[in-house]
Amino acid sequence: MAKTIIPIGPYHPLQEEPEFFILTVEGETVVDIDLRIGYNHRGIEKLCEGQTYDQVTFVVERVCGICSTSHPFAYTQAVEDILSIEAPPRAQYIRTIIAEGERLHSHLLWLGLAGHFLGYNTIFMWAWKLREEILDVMEILSGNRNNYAMFKVGGVLRDIKKEDIPSVLKKIDSIVPTLEKLRSAVMDDPVLHARTKGIGVLSREAAIDYCAVGPTARASGIARDVRKNSPYGAYDQVDWNMIVTENGDVFDKVLVRISEMFESIKILKACLTRLPGGEIDCLVKEIPPGEGIGHIEAPRGECFHYVRSDGTNRPARHKIRAPTFMNLPTFRETVIGGKIPDAAITLAAIDPCYCCTERMAVRNLKGRKLYTGEDLIRLSQEKTDQIKAEMGR
Amino acid sequence: MGIFEKAFLKSLWVFHLATGSCNNCDIEILDCLTPRHDIERFGMLLTGSIKHADVLMVTGAVNRQCIPRIKRVYEQMPKPRLVVAIGECALSRGVFMQSYNCPMPLDHVIPVDVYIPGCPPRPEAIMAGLLKLIERRKTNHARDGRDA
Ligand code: SF4
Repeated sequence: MAKTIIPIGPYHPLQEEPEFFILTVEGETVVDIDLRIGYNHRGIEKLCEGQTYDQVTFVVERVCGICSTSHPFAYTQAVEDILSIEAPPRAQYIRTIIAEGERLHSHLLWLGLAGHFLGYNTIFMWAWKLREEILDVMEILSGNRNNYAMFKVGGVLRDIKKEDIPSVLKKIDSIVPTLEKLRSAVMDDPVLHARTKGIGVLSREAAIDYCAVGPTARASGIARDVRKNSPYGAYDQVDWNMIVTENGDVFDKVLVRISEMFESIKILKACLTRLPGGEIDCLVKEIPPGEGIGHIEAPRGECFHYVRSDGTNRPARHKIRAPTFMNLPTFRETVIGGKIPDAAITLAAIDPCYCCTERMAVRNLKGRKLYTGEDLIRLSQEKTDQIKAEMGR
Repeated sequence: MGIFEKAFLKSLWVFHLATGSCNNCDIEILDCLTPRHDIERFGMLLTGSIKHADVLMVTGAVNRQCIPRIKRVYEQMPKPRLVVAIGECALSRGVFMQSYNCPMPLDHVIPVDVYIPGCPPRPEAIMAGLLKLIERRKTNHARDGRDA
């Protein structure tokens, strides 16, 4: 059968970020997919090398607006790793609270968009209305709706006021019934079951092969969560469960995210009630030469930062690996073989974030030769010489 | 004000263009559509196609790969066309000022009518900016009958 190529993007209403998909289809079936990105590349890693350690915190906050806590969190951990210090307990708790608030609003955002892709605009409106409540909570706690600017190397910038805590707790409690309602609306709808069950399946083996992370991996039965496996912040001091499901289809990815929201609420409440007293930051004087890593569980999976210091007040190298970088290649597993109408939700199911992903990568092509422009000219000249010799001129 | 202008200002359709943003401004634009803010009461609607749009909302720090595409999208837009720059990035490139991949701010690429500052601007600020756009067009039109 004839193959048709469907280009999607770079500016298309499917996602709010520009990216370019090339779907090759045979009839109704997708047989190949290619992806082109780079529309969001801003050179952040290079930019960070020109800023002081304190400024970098705010630059990495702007890697991605949705994960505007995850990146500073991982970055401050990496720098604290170089310094071999730990933020004081109160700061750890505050960091955890902000990170969980972010996870809540990020999952709701995704749920709304997923509903929109499936033609359920009601879910979109509901989820985003509920998300506003969480943004209100974040505004009370940090003073900002997004880009919270709470982090600094060695602690946090702002304290949570004691008088705010009861009202925040009340607000969080008032969110729970609506969230329950949203959950049952999504989980009990037969049409949604038909649209998402068995669609875009990522098997456990494939998830391991592609190194999937976060909810994408947990939906495929891989019990891995940085918060549990290598606890940071206050995650080892509160009680919560890791959500793992078996099937790896779109439905399970929805299920994992919705269940995680309830766990987030649990963590938030526990942290707010148990918030220890004391300092919120510690004194950081000089960053010694050395290397440090920080990794945390962002809403989309493991977010990894590497910082190398050469003893000056600017990082010598800063490497960011965002979760979507690992999850994007799974498209080849999930989309190929599916039908065109399912492609939209399957592409959205990993909750891709292209702003996070678009770092520059240099591949080491072992065993292969890289030709530069000069090499090509040289080869061309050599060929002419060869032909000349053959023709006896 | 003619009947066209009257109808035009009551039904501005909006197209959203991200040009290397951090996503936050884009989400705040979407937030304007949701029940708390509900921008549709001013007759504004987010459209999926530039050919249906009256207002181009641009976010992000205009990176090299996007510049030709911004121009192309702008050329495809039917007249009269209005452009709104949203967020510090689109205004002046914000924290990405020194980046090798962001050579110029948006208004060096296409003409901009309204600037909405903030990182990100709140949905209220975005709405206020759009309402100012409508107001300004009304007064401009009353003064010299100019079509943009
Ligand atoms: S102005 Fe701020 S929030 Fe908006 S895209 Fe730029 S960095 Fe993100």
